[in-house]
Amino acid sequence: MPLIKDGTEIEDTWTFIEDDAELPSSGCVSLPLAKLTENADALLARNQQIGVRLSPDDDPHDLTPYLDRIALIEIDFPKYVDGRGYSHAQLLRRRLGYTGELRAVGHVLRDQILYMNRSGFDAYQTTRANLANVVQALKEYSAFYQPAADGQTSVFSRRHRQV
Amino acid sequence: MYRYDEFDAQIVKERVDQFRSQVERRLSGDILEDEFKPLRLQNGVYLQLHAYMLRVAIPYGQLNAARMRKLAKIARDYDRGYGHMTTRQNIQYNWVALKDIPDVLEELAEVEMHAIQTSGNCIRNVTSDHFAGATQDEIMDPRPWCEIIRQWSTFHPEFAFLPRKFKIAVTAAEHDRAAIRVHDIGLHMRERDGVVGFEVHVGGGQGRTPIIAAMVNEFVPESEILDYLEAIMRVYNRFGRRDNKYKARIKILVTETGPEEFTRLVEAEYAAQQASEKIGLPQAEIDRINAYFAPPAFEDKSATSDAFERAKTADPAFANWAKINLHPHKVPGYTSVTTSLKPIGGLAGDATDAQMMVMAHLAERYGFDDIRVTHAQNVVLPHIALDDLYEVYRELAAAGLATANESLITDMIVCPGLDYCNLANARSIPVGQEIQKVFSDPAYEQDIGRLHINISGCINACGHHHVGHIGILGVDRKGEEYYQISLGGRADEKAAVGQIIGKALRHEEVPGAVKTIVDTYRDLRTSTDEKFIDAVERLGVEPFQEAIYAS
Repeated sequence: MPLIKDGTEIEDTWTFIEDDAELPSSGCVSLPLAKLTENADALLARNQQIGVRLSPDDDPHDLTPYLDRIALIEIDFPKYVDGRGYSHAQLLRRRLGYTGELRAVGHVLRDQILYMNRSGFDAYQTTRANLANVVQALKEYSAFYQPAADGQTSVFSRRHRQV
Repeated sequence: MYRYDEFDAQIVKERVDQFRSQVERRLSGDILEDEFKPLRLQNGVYLQLHAYMLRVAIPYGQLNAARMRKLAKIARDYDRGYGHMTTRQNIQYNWVALKDIPDVLEELAEVEMHAIQTSGNCIRNVTSDHFAGATQDEIMDPRPWCEIIRQWSTFHPEFAFLPRKFKIAVTAAEHDRAAIRVHDIGLHMRERDGVVGFEVHVGGGQGRTPIIAAMVNEFVPESEILDYLEAIMRVYNRFGRRDNKYKARIKILVTETGPEEFTRLVEAEYAAQQASEKIGLPQAEIDRINAYFAPPAFEDKSATSDAFERAKTADPAFANWAKINLHPHKVPGYTSVTTSLKPIGGLAGDATDAQMMVMAHLAERYGFDDIRVTHAQNVVLPHIALDDLYEVYRELAAAGLATANESLITDMIVCPGLDYCNLANARSIPVGQEIQKVFSDPAYEQDIGRLHINISGCINACGHHHVGHIGILGVDRKGEEYYQISLGGRADEKAAVGQIIGKALRHEEVPGAVKTIVDTYRDLRTSTDEKFIDAVERLGVEPFQEAIYAS
C-alpha cells in the first residue's frame, strides 16, 4: 500500500502484527497498543525498533512510559468520519512530546490529509490518494487561524508579529 | 461590523478554490458520494427532497447592505427568487444546482461571506443576540467574541470530525435572546472585578432528547476562554458517543457521564494544557477585533421625536406596528426595528430578492448599514432613529415587510417540514399558516400578547418545538400526519422543555386546539399583564389539558 512521507513516496519497512499473530524474530514491527503494553519488557529488550498502532478507543497516555523507545506510531482511522485520531495526534505531539514518525492508516482520504498534517501526522498510508494529490492537498491553504501541531503561526499571532 | 483583512480574504478565497476542485472531482467520479458527503456538508450543501440546498453562513446573524444585496442577487440568479432565514441566523437556498455552487461561493467571497461549516459534524455558525450592540439590557457587545470564536473554530484541524454537529451561542444580556441553554456550549458574558469573562454552559440541546445545559464554570476570563473551549471540545471529541447518531451530541455525554464528572474531565484536560499548547491570543488581537464593533456615529437626539409622535397620530397602523415591532435602544432617540418575515399565510422566514433589496436600502439609508437575522427567522434593523421611523415603516409596508407581530402568536418558528425536507414526518408550513389564520385579527392577537409557537415536522426539532411556549411536533401515524402539543417550553434565561399535554391530534384539529389553549389562558390569567408563559408556569398544564381533551 502506498506510503507517503515528507512529500515523497517511500518504502514501508515496517510490519504490522495483529493481536493474535506471532512476533517475527527480526525486522521492525508495529503492534496493537495492548500487545505492546502486555509484552513491553521483552519487546523493548529486542534490538529492533518498535512501533505501535492506536485505535480510536485507545488512550495515547498509555504510551507515556515507552515513548522514547518508540519509532513509529500508527493511528488507525477505521472510518474517516471518526475524528478521535486527530486528538490522539495532537496529544502525542504537543503534550507528550513524541517526535518519531506519526502515520495515518486506514480510511485515509485526500481531503482529510491537510487536517491530519496540521494535527501532527507526517506519514500517510493510503490507497485513496496518490503522491500528487497529497502534495496538492497540503498546499491548499496558506494561513490558519489556530495553532496546531504543525508549528504554523496562527493568523491571530501573525497579525501582530513585529517586522 | 467585522471586515476581512488579508488573511480572512485569503482563507475564504482558498476555500472557494478547494471546494471547486472537490465538486469537479465529485462530478468526474474521483470522489465517491459517500466520501463527498462530509465535504459538501462542511460547506453547507445538503441533498434535499427536490434538489441540493445551500446554507450560507451569516456569522452571528450580522449583514450589511452589500451582503444583503448579494444574497438577493444569488436568490435571483441561482435560485427561484427567494431565500429562507434559518434559526441559526443563516440563510438557505433550496434550489441551487451543485455545478453552480462554486460560482455562488465566489460571489459570496466578494462580500466577505462563505458557507464554511454551516453543516457537518463540526463547529457550526456561532449565534448571538440579534440586538447585540444596540440593546439597553446588555453589559457589553458579545459580537467581538463571536467573531473570535468564529475564526478559532474555522477549519480547526482537531474538531472537523466530531461525533456530531456542535453549536455555540453567546449572549451578554440578562434576558437571553440567544437561547444559550439549549446549545452544545452556551456562553454568558460577565464582568467580574473589571475582568471580562464567560459563564460556561455545556450540553444543552433539542432534538430527540431535549436537555437544558449544565453550568460547568461560573467564570472563565476572556484571556483563557479559547483554551477552555479547546478542553471541552477535546473531551467531547475523545469521549462522545459514536455508536449511535442519536446519542452522539455532547448533551448525552454530559448526561451519561454526569455534569460533575464531565466538569472534572474538562478541568483536568484544561489543567494539563502546557504553555506550548495554548492558543496565545494576543491582547492586541482582542483589541483589534473589538474595534470593528465600535458603536456607529449616533447623533445627539432627544429621547422623544416629534416626527414619530405626529406620524403615530396620523397613521394608526403605524402606531400599532410601532407598539409591537420595536425594541428599546441604548442610545436616546434610536430604536431597533424587527422586520417580520411572518406575514399571515406566508412562509415563515422566507424573503424574496426584492424584499432583501428593500431591507438593504433601508439599512444603508437610515440604519448605519447594519442588518441582523434573528433566530426567530426575522430580520432586524438595529439602529433606526425615531425621526426616520415612519419613512422606514412605509417602505417596509410597501414591500410586505411590516406585519405587526414580533413575538406574538403569528410570529412562529416553523421548520421547512415535509414540503422540503427529507427527514420530516409531517408538514409544518401549512399547520403554521392555518394557526395564523385563527389569530389573524390584530386586536385578538394583541390581546393575547407575547406567545411563541414553535413547529417542527419531526423529532429533530429544527422548529425548536421543545422550547416553544406552545410546541407542536409533527409525527407520522401509519402514513397520517399527527401533531403532538406541548406547553411551557422556553429558550430564554429560564429555559425549560415543554410538557406534552396529551395524545397527538389530527392535522385539522390543531388550529382549534391552539385556540382552546389560548382562550383558556385568557379566561384564567390574573390580568393582561400576566403573560401566557407565566400563566402556564403558575397553573401547570392541567387546565389546558382539560379544556382540550375533556370534551
